[in-house]
Amino acid sequence: MSTPLLYALTGAVLWGIGLMGLIGLRHLLRKLLALNLIGSATFLILVGLAQHHNGPDPVPQALVLTGIVVSIAATALGVVLIRRYFHLTGRTELESEVPEAGRDEEGHSG
Amino acid sequence: MRSPAARIGMLLLALMLTALLGRSVWQLSMLEPASDLPRQLQDKLAASGVEHPVTAVLLNFRSYDTLLEIAVLVIAAMAGISMARTRSLEDPELRTSDTLLRALLRWLVPLMLLLAGYLLWAGADRPGGAFQAGAMLAATGVLMRLTGLPLDFLRPGILLRIGLVLGFALFLLVGLASAIAGDVFLAYPREFVKGLILSIETLLTLSIGMILLALFVAAPVNDASEPEEGEK
Repeated sequence: MSTPLLYALTGAVLWGIGLMGLIGLRHLLRKLLALNLIGSATFLILVGLAQHHNGPDPVPQALVLTGIVVSIAATALGVVLIRRYFHLTGRTELESEVPEAGRDEEGHSG
Repeated sequence: MRSPAARIGMLLLALMLTALLGRSVWQLSMLEPASDLPRQLQDKLAASGVEHPVTAVLLNFRSYDTLLEIAVLVIAAMAGISMARTRSLEDPELRTSDTLLRALLRWLVPLMLLLAGYLLWAGADRPGGAFQAGAMLAATGVLMRLTGLPLDFLRPGILLRIGLVLGFALFLLVGLASAIAGDVFLAYPREFVKGLILSIETLLTLSIGMILLALFVAAPVNDASEPEEGEK
């Protein structure tokens, strides 16, 4: 068991935590953070596994660098969309599929 | 609220998937790699025009990824800007006249710009490059915005649009030019490789900085100045 392999396995655990957050949490910002955690876990697995085999490997590193920049942009876009959603509906959670009784469905939706 | 049974079910599902992933990682780590990528890369590094392997992969050997990445960034920035309903992305309400802050910024902003330039240049032979430099530029812009320095170029006009697509446009142009000249898409001509990579990286830095900054600036929607839907 080498150190890079430990990183990869940690990545797997983080992925699980992120997945649980993504499906378990209701608040949209928390969901976005969970999605980010999943992304970071993927990067950790990619770099860790490749290092375990070959030593420092520039190819996955470049791939992960690309991925980081894309995930930053995606997160920023997500935040913008959440802001807009909140502004339009006044909610921070997605509508539940089963309409709950007595729920106030007002708010100026566009 | 969800029922406890559903919660436990989700927990179990997540645990099972995680265990599956962990097992796959473990099994993958047992396999012998089919090829020795780092050594291949070292052998070809001299042909790439830069000395740092990560930069060589990013901008030469797998420039396709980088091209698509900047395309994704441009799309995200366009979507972000179209969400912002203010006429100028610069918010006059955020302007402060704190003299201490201004004095600090007078030192910090040139230093950060210098650092961005250094990171860009260092990318050729050590860790650094367009993304780090672009992030630094964006951080400078965020700082300037938070302290209320005027950022006139962020008006969603022609200048902002050009800045956003500049890196992507040059990258695509270079790729297409080599394709039209009869070579493979994105194959740089051998004699200009260094200059091409440097100019692409410079424009990429500029574009990445502006894209990230535009996304940051587009996020706050001011409640007071928000027009109703359908109103222009």
